[in-house]
Amino acid sequence: MDVIGIISQLVFFLIAALTLAAGLATVLLRNVFHAGLALVGTFFGVAALYLMLEAEFLAVVQILIYIGAIAVLILFAIMLTRSLMKNEDSNINKQWAWVATVIVILFVGLFILILQVPWQHSGTAVYTDLVPHLGTALLTTYLLPFEIVSVLLLAALIGAFIIARE
Amino acid sequence: MDIWSFITNPFVSIYELIRGGLSGLLTSVGVPDEIVRLIVFLVMGGIVVTVLLIVAPVMMMYMTWLERKLVARMQDRIGPNRAGPFGLLVPIADMIKFLTKEDIVPEGVDGPVHFLAPIVVVIPVILSFAVIQFGVGMGAVDLNLALLYLMAMGSVATIGVFMAGFGSHNKFALIGGMRAAAQIISYEIPQILAVAVIVLLAGSISLTGIIKAQSGLFGLGWFIFYLPVGPIAFFIFLLAATAEINRVPFDLPEAESELVAGYHTEYSGMKFGLFYLAEFLNTFLISAVGASLFFGGWQGPFVQQVPVLGIVYFFAKTIVLIGVQLWFRGTLPRLRVDQLMNFGWKRLVPATLALILFTASFLWAYRLFNQFLTGLGG
Repeated sequence: MDVIGIISQLVFFLIAALTLAAGLATVLLRNVFHAGLALVGTFFGVAALYLMLEAEFLAVVQILIYIGAIAVLILFAIMLTRSLMKNEDSNINKQWAWVATVIVILFVGLFILILQVPWQHSGTAVYTDLVPHLGTALLTTYLLPFEIVSVLLLAALIGAFIIARE
Repeated sequence: MDIWSFITNPFVSIYELIRGGLSGLLTSVGVPDEIVRLIVFLVMGGIVVTVLLIVAPVMMMYMTWLERKLVARMQDRIGPNRAGPFGLLVPIADMIKFLTKEDIVPEGVDGPVHFLAPIVVVIPVILSFAVIQFGVGMGAVDLNLALLYLMAMGSVATIGVFMAGFGSHNKFALIGGMRAAAQIISYEIPQILAVAVIVLLAGSISLTGIIKAQSGLFGLGWFIFYLPVGPIAFFIFLLAATAEINRVPFDLPEAESELVAGYHTEYSGMKFGLFYLAEFLNTFLISAVGASLFFGGWQGPFVQQVPVLGIVYFFAKTIVLIGVQLWFRGTLPRLRVDQLMNFGWKRLVPATLALILFTASFLWAYRLFNQFLTGLGG
């Protein structure tokens, strides 16, 4: 294998290890705020993986939406609801065995599926400038799903308002 | 390479000379092609990053000087005038002070979070400079998604502010952090929407594309002159961006009179210095982005013939915009929290949405009209 291939393999393993470590920290840390920060680390790792796959748009959107919006909201909620000094909760509850079983089955299923599907790849990148194509596709071919998603988000927004009013 | 093209475009020429020399040297020694490309990529990347990492903090140091001088003049004072001519050595003295001060970590803080917060605040700002085009062909990276990237980096800094507020285990810091987060989330929306107007006009989300789209009218086809859309979008952008980096009149997260220093109350020494650095770098950044989006970046008369003028134009525009922000700081009082939220959500967001609708329908009508004209001609 050539030098650049080896280096990108090494970088991949580094990013994957960091992502997995951050993911584990998210579920194992006892301080909720620390867990939230570890979640941010996981999102970053996934964004880095997207970058390695030359999906720059996905990577940037991953950071913008998952870190800039979702993680910030999660941290905001933690800061609003937790008292400052004592936030050490146990993170093992009675359902852990069931959850572990379901997750192991899901993981094995996905793993087998990924191995079986004959993935197509065309050696070269399909689009050099992806964004115009993406925009056109969203507003022509996939207009209906796009609009339905926006209605869904609107419904969630109105729902949040109603709950907050009560 | 002839002398004229070297003089008119020195920085890019020097870069090309180093790159050509390095790859020539490596190839003549007998290094395989692929590894030559890798080494040249790494070395040239290292040089560009180093230059950026020098330019940005030096700019920041002299912005602190400019702020002191300008605000002093606005308040009928003289400002710093002891260290060096016109007080020009004050930023250097400041830097030495920050670096040598004792770093005090209060006992009750959340160790790692408190330690990492200033770093998380500074890194996104410095990363943002990677896509800024400082002159003709003088950006570290010419990213297709430059604008989205800038927005993403801007939103990451919020996490650092949260970490500072929460990790300090201090009421003032916590309130400051919460205010900062609420403010950043609210004003991110009008900022992105105002930028979307420019994206509509330019038809591109790369900074190079947007700057190139403003090349008309002898290098003066700036989007700020697209009446009435340009000035309104610029005004909204400037307000929202100022709010997003927590500067006057939107500096509630660090309001001295109520919150001591807000989220960085518990920081001292260089860690406080990093927050300070991030604040000024952010001011520089949004001024640079504003200059690129609305004032044509490096565009200006004769920039095609003499590319080095691009740097002069870019920095002149950026410094004027920095001056506008310092002027805000010197003259405006601070808003209240409810005023801030009402203004953001009830005024700015609907106004920008209306602006986008107007711009889009205008562009659509313009295209129809053009089609009609060509139809008549054909």
